[in-house]
Amino acid sequence: MPDFAIPEDVRPEDGYVGRRMPRIEDRSLLRGEGGFVDDVPVKKGTLHAAFVRSPHAHAEVVAIDASAALAMPGVFAVVTGADMAAETDPMIVGFENPIDYYGLAVDKVRYVGEPVVAVAATDRYRAEDAADLIRVTYNVLPAVVDPVTACEPDAPKLHPRSDSNCVSKRHFVHGEPDRAFAEAECTTELTIRYPRNSITPMETYAAVVEANSETGGFDVLSNFQGPFSVHTVMALALRLRTAALRHRSPKNSGGSFGSKLVIFPYIVVLCVLARKARRPVKWIEDRLEHLSASSVAPNRVTKVEAAYTKDGTVTGLRLTHWDDHGAYLRAPMPAPIYRMHGVSTNGYGIRHLEVTNHIVSTNKCPTGAVRGFGGPQLYFAVERMMQRIAVLTGQDPLDLIRKNLITADMFPYKAVAGSLLDSGDYHRTVDETVEQGDLAALKRKRDAARAEGRLYGIGYAACVEPSQSNMGYISTVKTGRERERAGPKDGAVASVTVAVDALGSVNVIGDSVPQGQGHQTALAQIVADQLGLTPDDVVVALDTDTAKDGWSIAAGNYSCRFAPASASAAHQAATRVREKMARIAAANLNVPADNVEFTDGNIHAANNPDNAIPFYRIGGLAHWSPSSLPDDVEPGIRETAMWNAPELTPTTAKDEINTSLAYGFGFDFCGVEVDPDTGVVTVDRYVSAHDCGTILNPGLAEGQIRGSWASAYGATFLEEFCYEEDGTFRSGTFAEYLVPTAAELPDIRLVHPTPHPSPYTRLGAKGIAEGNQYTTPVCIANAVADALGIADIRLPLRPARVLEWLQGEEPPPSAAVAPDEAAGEPARPTIDGSGEMQVPATPEQVWALLLDPERMARIVPGCERLEAAGDNSFAGTVVLGAGPVKGRFEARIDLTDLERPHRARLVGAADGPLGSSRGSGAFELAAQDGGTLVRYRYSVELSGKVAAVGGRMIRGAARQLIDRFLRALVREAGGEATDTPPRGLAGRLRRLAGGRT
Amino acid sequence: MKPAPFDYVRPESIEEAVAALAEHGDEARVLAGGQSLMPMLNMRLVRPEILVDINRIPGLAGIDDEGDCIAIGGAVTQGDLADWPDLAATLPVVADALPHVGHFQTRNRGTVCGSLCHADPSSELPLCLALLDGGIELRSARGVRTVSADEFQQGILTTAKAPDELAVRARLPKARQGERFAFREFHLRHGDFAIVAVAARRAGDAVSLAVGGVADRPEVCHWESLPDDAVDDALNDLAWALGGSDDIHATARHRRQLVRHLGRQAIAATAGNRAAA
Repeated sequence: MPDFAIPEDVRPEDGYVGRRMPRIEDRSLLRGEGGFVDDVPVKKGTLHAAFVRSPHAHAEVVAIDASAALAMPGVFAVVTGADMAAETDPMIVGFENPIDYYGLAVDKVRYVGEPVVAVAATDRYRAEDAADLIRVTYNVLPAVVDPVTACEPDAPKLHPRSDSNCVSKRHFVHGEPDRAFAEAECTTELTIRYPRNSITPMETYAAVVEANSETGGFDVLSNFQGPFSVHTVMALALRLRTAALRHRSPKNSGGSFGSKLVIFPYIVVLCVLARKARRPVKWIEDRLEHLSASSVAPNRVTKVEAAYTKDGTVTGLRLTHWDDHGAYLRAPMPAPIYRMHGVSTNGYGIRHLEVTNHIVSTNKCPTGAVRGFGGPQLYFAVERMMQRIAVLTGQDPLDLIRKNLITADMFPYKAVAGSLLDSGDYHRTVDETVEQGDLAALKRKRDAARAEGRLYGIGYAACVEPSQSNMGYISTVKTGRERERAGPKDGAVASVTVAVDALGSVNVIGDSVPQGQGHQTALAQIVADQLGLTPDDVVVALDTDTAKDGWSIAAGNYSCRFAPASASAAHQAATRVREKMARIAAANLNVPADNVEFTDGNIHAANNPDNAIPFYRIGGLAHWSPSSLPDDVEPGIRETAMWNAPELTPTTAKDEINTSLAYGFGFDFCGVEVDPDTGVVTVDRYVSAHDCGTILNPGLAEGQIRGSWASAYGATFLEEFCYEEDGTFRSGTFAEYLVPTAAELPDIRLVHPTPHPSPYTRLGAKGIAEGNQYTTPVCIANAVADALGIADIRLPLRPARVLEWLQGEEPPPSAAVAPDEAAGEPARPTIDGSGEMQVPATPEQVWALLLDPERMARIVPGCERLEAAGDNSFAGTVVLGAGPVKGRFEARIDLTDLERPHRARLVGAADGPLGSSRGSGAFELAAQDGGTLVRYRYSVELSGKVAAVGGRMIRGAARQLIDRFLRALVREAGGEATDTPPRGLAGRLRRLAGGRT
Repeated sequence: MKPAPFDYVRPESIEEAVAALAEHGDEARVLAGGQSLMPMLNMRLVRPEILVDINRIPGLAGIDDEGDCIAIGGAVTQGDLADWPDLAATLPVVADALPHVGHFQTRNRGTVCGSLCHADPSSELPLCLALLDGGIELRSARGVRTVSADEFQQGILTTAKAPDELAVRARLPKARQGERFAFREFHLRHGDFAIVAVAARRAGDAVSLAVGGVADRPEVCHWESLPDDAVDDALNDLAWALGGSDDIHATARHRRQLVRHLGRQAIAATAGNRAAA
């Protein structure tokens, strides 16, 4: 891998830290021998859970009838929101807020896919059969999905305890932004809409929950990833002593990218379900559940304003964020926006900053951790602004970036919002990247392409990459007074234990809860170096058990915690073991303890390698012969380090917060070409550089960069959770939520710049896992802005969207295509349609037919039963669908504004396991040619499962149903339908072709 | 994502299969490769009472050259067909289209007739069936009938196959001397259903263009002659006439643009010219 070799001058002479070596984990993972939750055997009698989920974005839960489900053989228990409200307390988040969240909907549903009822049965099939039988009656309410609209006074309100959907608003002033803007030579603004996305792990949520009668609590096995501060949230919700909630995680977790933090509400619900069922309960989330209702990154609207000089020196920045957290806040939300608060000015020397954070509730899936954690949203705004200022001041964007970056002599640098940037030489990193990535060649290529009239652009993006979160930063959401009342929060404690047994075998346990990152390998490298062993001599176990491990609230896998925190804790614990063993050995070697070295499995005098004793002998002495140990040395060898960094201080009274401990630096540039015929943006070249200080293992680091590139590419081009304006969810499967595969991903050129180790971590290592989440989306957006000369770039870069940016008027059809035939359907949340049809009967006859339930039952496609339900109202059962995809719906239609036999309006609703539909329409009857011309229009909203997984076909399927209805209407009236869509298209095509012959 | 309860039979002969279909009618589904049916079952979008597994029936697994046509048995997988040595010579447009049908792994399971019967408007194989004006042989306890592509493909997921009928083979006319074909597809990811796919055939002056992904089924436009200078206008009218809708992946306008763009490329390719940029 020539692209990511450690430069000669910083390559370690000996030792394993810094070496590229095969991953220990891969010995089992690549053989299919990993141990995931679903691989762990469960007790006999363990039940399986399934959830009834909301088909509506916003509705009152009027009634829940689970009697049929409970009567099913093999069904043991159901739990509803009412049960949760009775048996648990709302799950807390880091500040006082008006949201009561119980894991199951209480009184109202607030997003499509929200769990409403949990059911436990002997297997998952039965559990899903039972879920199908549970009848939930809803009263549908208007929904709101846009975070800015949601803050308006007349927007539908989600939470009864708040008169606004803006559940937290904080305003920060750092420096003198008003003066900076007033005195600025130039100002400009830009509004960013960052999309809602996630990174989807292969393994979904998985948990096995059992009530423990000894403690009165629960034993839980799950792939929860931490932070373990959330363990407290679960215990408090369950009204338990924290120690009575024992949580274990298995050896392996199949990816997470942050998402598995938010399995915790499900754990709380499953605990209540297991208690009620008096059996252990297991739940493996399926993909539909994961995509609709697990956790996503908040989408965000940001208005960014900049004050700058004519030469492009940025003097002030104003950021107004509307951060869309969906229906509920779940700990540690709204953390992402606060995690990045300290670096709101990125790596630039901007000293005047104003930030306004609106934390907004909308009728969408609630948010959680996603790799990047607030960074992609922030840096998209800041780096797009830097590109804009370059355009507006007529200079190369890279010159502008260089002009504004802080210089090497300023480290450690306290950014205006409080982050203490620990080390780096940003200009050197940029220069090395430009040089090694051959920017000059890329510029020549752009010039040549443009000379040929092609749309080619170059983009740049820089980022400060925070790692190891300060557990206190979330308190910045509170006011200074609230913080004073609550007491200080800061730090980030990491725990690693190193033990040496009686035969000198080394065992390491840690709290880093990996999901495939290679932590075992890196920890083995670190500990081996301290003890003069090889990584193969070190056995690392990273499954966790809250009842037995050393851990603290910061434990877990998030925010690039491993390289700075876990590596430091491992280094500290291994150092303590080394010091202890050195003292034991020193007595045997007759040398002072500080004159002892550990090499190749021996402990020896530094100045005389022959004066040596095998490592295992010292381990043996500590266990077999405590009496032979020096007086003040305890028997056994087991050291647990609880490592913290003093730089992680609480939020100051002026709202300054050092949000993270170590800050790496990333710089990317790229060349893209836009195809004017298709709207496709092709990444021609992508260069990425990361200074993350000491690299523990270049292979692992490269894996993080390439993985982050892949997910960032997805965010840039493909991935978005789509909601209609009415809250209908559209991205329920991987055919709708598109994730890049190897076939889509271009290769990238990695540059390894001169590292600047962190002075605050024990090995100098900083995180590297998130850098491309920050740089890649905006780097490519900046390149597209450069190629097209436009300011407003929205992700993902769907070709259809790009095409609209670059194409003017579309050529109209010729006269051969009649205007009504040419009308493509517009983008609307509803399925709309209109048309007309000649029916061979008088208007009076047609009218009578339309109001006769018996005859209508013969006309309505799939109608099994239809009866009058009051004046001009009908109720019945219909089987609706397309082809084999169909479901039974309970339907109700009300006719209004009747003008017999001329016109009427109708509204209807249909509900079934496939989803829910609300529609309205109108028809007019006019006598014509001895029959009746029926003119109709309709508008249908579909929500629930079919809308989420079948969006591609819904419009066509609706057209097909209407067509069938109209044909049946004509037949019922005594005629034969001809030439109606969709078959009418054939005739249209024939006419078209005929025009050419 | 677990299916509702269903029964399962695995007939050993076509007669047994159609007898099962006759008995259960619309409550039965034929299981061939299962690449569409299994996800729909798991999502409970379909709830048949019984699955009739045709994978072990002898006589459905063959690919036969019948002179004018290639007959593809009901259990022939897309992978089998792609590997068939005579494919490129006899059905060049199918050979071009098959690599776009799902992925290598799904093609090893998914059947040709299954894809045709599923009738996804964006699928490549129904597009080829439409362009070539092939036919489907349907067997039932009532007898045998062959249905033309135009009659068979009725709309979204909807075909002329009656619930008691089994598609025993698809017949695709072989490329004749002098015919030229081209296939072009636009998708966001390799292996996805097409946003727009087109297949073109030129025979002498006559040009046919089949378009998938826009209307509710693949539609074919046929021109007895289509001079080069008329192509753009013809395609623009076709793009508008096909209608098309917005969905989360693309807009109606984007689809029209792709019909114009891919259509021009495909038609040019059948003329032996390099595709227009």
